[in-house]
Amino acid sequence: MFFRRAHYSHPAFREGVRDLSGMAPGIAAWGLMTGVAMVKSGMSVAESLLMALIVFAGSSQLAAIPLIIAGAPIWIILATGFCVNLRFVVFSLHLRPYLMHLPLWERLTHGYFTADLSYVLFTRRFAHPATEPAERLAQDAYLSGNCFLNWMSWVSASVVGVTLANFIPPAWGLGFAGILCLIGILCGLATTRLRLLSAAVAGVAAVATFALPLKLNILVAIAAAVILCLTMEDRFASSASNQQAS
Amino acid sequence: MMDIDLYTFTVIVGLACVTVLARGFFLISRTSWNLPHWAQRGLQYAPIAALAAVVLPEVVMTQGHLVGTWQDARLFAAAAGAAAYFWRKDVLVTILAGMAVFLPLHLGLGW
Repeated sequence: MFFRRAHYSHPAFREGVRDLSGMAPGIAAWGLMTGVAMVKSGMSVAESLLMALIVFAGSSQLAAIPLIIAGAPIWIILATGFCVNLRFVVFSLHLRPYLMHLPLWERLTHGYFTADLSYVLFTRRFAHPATEPAERLAQDAYLSGNCFLNWMSWVSASVVGVTLANFIPPAWGLGFAGILCLIGILCGLATTRLRLLSAAVAGVAAVATFALPLKLNILVAIAAAVILCLTMEDRFASSASNQQAS
Repeated sequence: MMDIDLYTFTVIVGLACVTVLARGFFLISRTSWNLPHWAQRGLQYAPIAALAAVVLPEVVMTQGHLVGTWQDARLFAAAAGAAAYFWRKDVLVTILAGMAVFLPLHLGLGW
């Protein structure tokens, strides 16, 4: 990763940085907004900074905020965070052949730092895993450079956002920006009819079962939506019009 | 301001572990394996369901009850944000458009 000399002194590292630089302002804006949203939703400055620094996953951070404020049980928040993060499980399967030559802790640090954009850029730049040691090093260095700028943009913007939020009156309700951000991500995921159905069922179920203790309504809603969609998928599996998402 | 309570601290550390686990899921074991078929299919629907389950109550509920009035800035801001997303396919535009509707209604009209 980017703290290793073999990686940051490699020419491919700079290439990775350069490829991500066009997207850094977008990442920074998102980090800034997440920073503001965390503080304005009622988390302390120290908690917000710690979250931005170590969780490093915007959508699960934003999804966790209302649950933390409601005092939901920890396991419910972690389960929700994991569901929101499930796309990374798919990414890690794709990255496996690129990274398996590394020792375990390096695989895990590479995985940890590879967020959405780094994954997309890396797999676009290297369509196939390297087979030679020199090629492998170049791929590792490229990914490291990519992740370095991504992480730097995210963390520094989050810190600025957390600081700025202190000067904004709570009455403005800027915490709602976090919900709007989740709405944007949600719309981006709604690529098939069944996924749209999943969102609709989960949303309605979460509202309908809101009175359940321990914020269980979130898990009930996810389970209901997934089970219903899998059943619908089975029912329409024979029809040729069945849309398969990527 | 600089206080950290144990509950929030535990959640944050737990979420960091969740990030490591999710991003490194298939990088942990050296032996190659695959998720069962039903779990692979479930991956299609669970993330959007989780987001919707968190988001919708935050938009249409107050203090555990469905909003009784349409004069609520969140309803219009959420609709504007979603429309903006489908117009521009950009999360940042979603936030800006949503807040451009939210702030005047919330601060100006007190909705």
